[in-house]
Amino acid sequence: MSARPAIELRDATLGYGARDILGGANLVVAEGERLALVGPNGAGKSTLLRAIAGLLVPRAGDVRLGGTPLAALSREGVARRLAVVPQLATLPFSARVEEVVALGRLPHEDPLRGPDAADRAAVAAAMDRVGLGRLMGRDVRELSLGERQLVLVAVAIAQSAPIVLLDEPTVHLDIRHQVEVMELLVDLNQRDGTTVIAVLHDLNLAVRYFPRIVLVAHGRIEADGRPAEVLSGDRIRDVFDVDPSILPVGPWTQPLPERAPA
Amino acid sequence: MTVSTGAAIRSSPQATDRARDVVRRHPRAVFGGSLVLLAVLSVIAVGIGSVPIAPSETLAIVLHRLFGLQLGIAWTPASDAIVWDLRIPRVITAAVVGVALAVAGATFQGLLRNPLADPYVLGTASGAGLGAAIALILPIRVVALQFGLLHALAFVGALASMTVVYRLSRLSAWSGLTNLLLTGYAVGSLLAAGLAMAMYLSGASLREIFAFLLGGFERASWTRLTLAVPLVAIGSAGILLRARALNGLLLGEEAAAHLGVDVARERVILLALGSLVTAAAVAVSGLIGFVGLVVPHVVRLTMGPNARVVVPLSAAVGAGLLVAADLLARLLGDVPVGVVTAIIGAPLFLLLLRRTQSGYEL
Repeated sequence: MSARPAIELRDATLGYGARDILGGANLVVAEGERLALVGPNGAGKSTLLRAIAGLLVPRAGDVRLGGTPLAALSREGVARRLAVVPQLATLPFSARVEEVVALGRLPHEDPLRGPDAADRAAVAAAMDRVGLGRLMGRDVRELSLGERQLVLVAVAIAQSAPIVLLDEPTVHLDIRHQVEVMELLVDLNQRDGTTVIAVLHDLNLAVRYFPRIVLVAHGRIEADGRPAEVLSGDRIRDVFDVDPSILPVGPWTQPLPERAPA
Repeated sequence: MTVSTGAAIRSSPQATDRARDVVRRHPRAVFGGSLVLLAVLSVIAVGIGSVPIAPSETLAIVLHRLFGLQLGIAWTPASDAIVWDLRIPRVITAAVVGVALAVAGATFQGLLRNPLADPYVLGTASGAGLGAAIALILPIRVVALQFGLLHALAFVGALASMTVVYRLSRLSAWSGLTNLLLTGYAVGSLLAAGLAMAMYLSGASLREIFAFLLGGFERASWTRLTLAVPLVAIGSAGILLRARALNGLLLGEEAAAHLGVDVARERVILLALGSLVTAAAVAVSGLIGFVGLVVPHVVRLTMGPNARVVVPLSAAVGAGLLVAADLLARLLGDVPVGVVTAIIGAPLFLLLLRRTQSGYEL
């Protein structure tokens, strides 16, 4: 793993209008890390993602991608470094699955000539990787919510950025597809070296698939570290106000390695 | 017998599906085909009119005017004037206005992410009309100056009304569709009041303003075209160059930003270019409705939402549609072409309104 941080937030204060949502946030993510953002609703997880993606300018502090301040990057420059899978998107017109996935190539396309052979190959590869081949030619409006979520994941993969941010990528998926998406993220991370940051509500998925967990609560980054340290019973009780039952053994408490042994 | 009929019925929808797939996968061929169709329609439109002129005579006049060729066919000066000074500029004007309205419609629909947006529904065209009407009642009688002023004020009117509609329709919490239609209605009413006021104050120019509102190509001339053609060409080319931004906006403004589109900048550029093209069209032909609404919609239905295909193809289809509508208007005894497009377009608009949701979740 390279020592150069993919993402740095230094003393960032984030908020909308007059309201601060996160204060003094410090977060350094190295290239090739896999990190889950967890926390109660409204704690500022999505706000943090928007700040990293450059859509929200911090009130104070500094955000850098690969050492470059976000403010110095064009939108296109950010899009080549970082892809975002939104929770939900709306389409005003009917479109086919492959036409939507092709939008992931926008930051790479020549503005005059449009997509070339390499772009088309990347779209096909992304659809293949997410398992959308069977949905080729289908109108996205006919798809289930879960399938649509997979389409949005494929858009981000087609974007072939070294960093992928996901906002609740499993919220509409059944268990099988949840596991599939998680394994896809692990594969992207281990095989392609993609830095993956996902907002997750499902703590089990976070613990199982992410070696590093950042807990956002009480208007700040409450804890940051290995799953067992961050998600202790006391802390879950304090932050989420529920009584968790934490099983001492089993696959759920044994996170996957960050990178496959060479 | 029965079995084979059943099989035929079952296979036919698949055949249509496959045909649709083929069409969708070959946008270049479809674009080429629509250009050929436009050319054929234009030739017919030049050939047909209230004064019968033989096709060979028409051809001889055109070749003589363009290349100085003599085909050995005689024609009268009257025929020459009708073909060269009336019909050809009229057909070209119809085509140019069709390009402008269809491209502006495709742009506004993409920008507002709403299939019911078009320069007419949004009040952009009315804004341009009001600007033009104001230019007409100003006491300036230098032709060139007045004509430039007409374009300038039409552009200011289009841009102002478009900006207002865009800002208002994003402000409230209503659904996109209701919002857009209500805002368009409110702004349109205000513009109608402005137009009524302009007509009231117009005195001698009343007829001219009235002709403007009806929309048509009777007053088409080479002089009018010299200003409209470059404006429409520059505006449409500029919009085509921003196809990437329009494509990104398919998934919404935030997703477009994630895909590398500088949404705030592109919005300003596209609003300005769309208004410019609308204004150029309104300045030469007055208010012609529904072309900008229907054409991009039909193109999207057959070819998909990719702006790189939708913009040029809408231009070609829009041109063909208005050339045909104008021909029909002339054949019906010089009905204003706006009446023809409204008769075709209004039912289509209602049909669309019934079928359209404000957006599809993805």
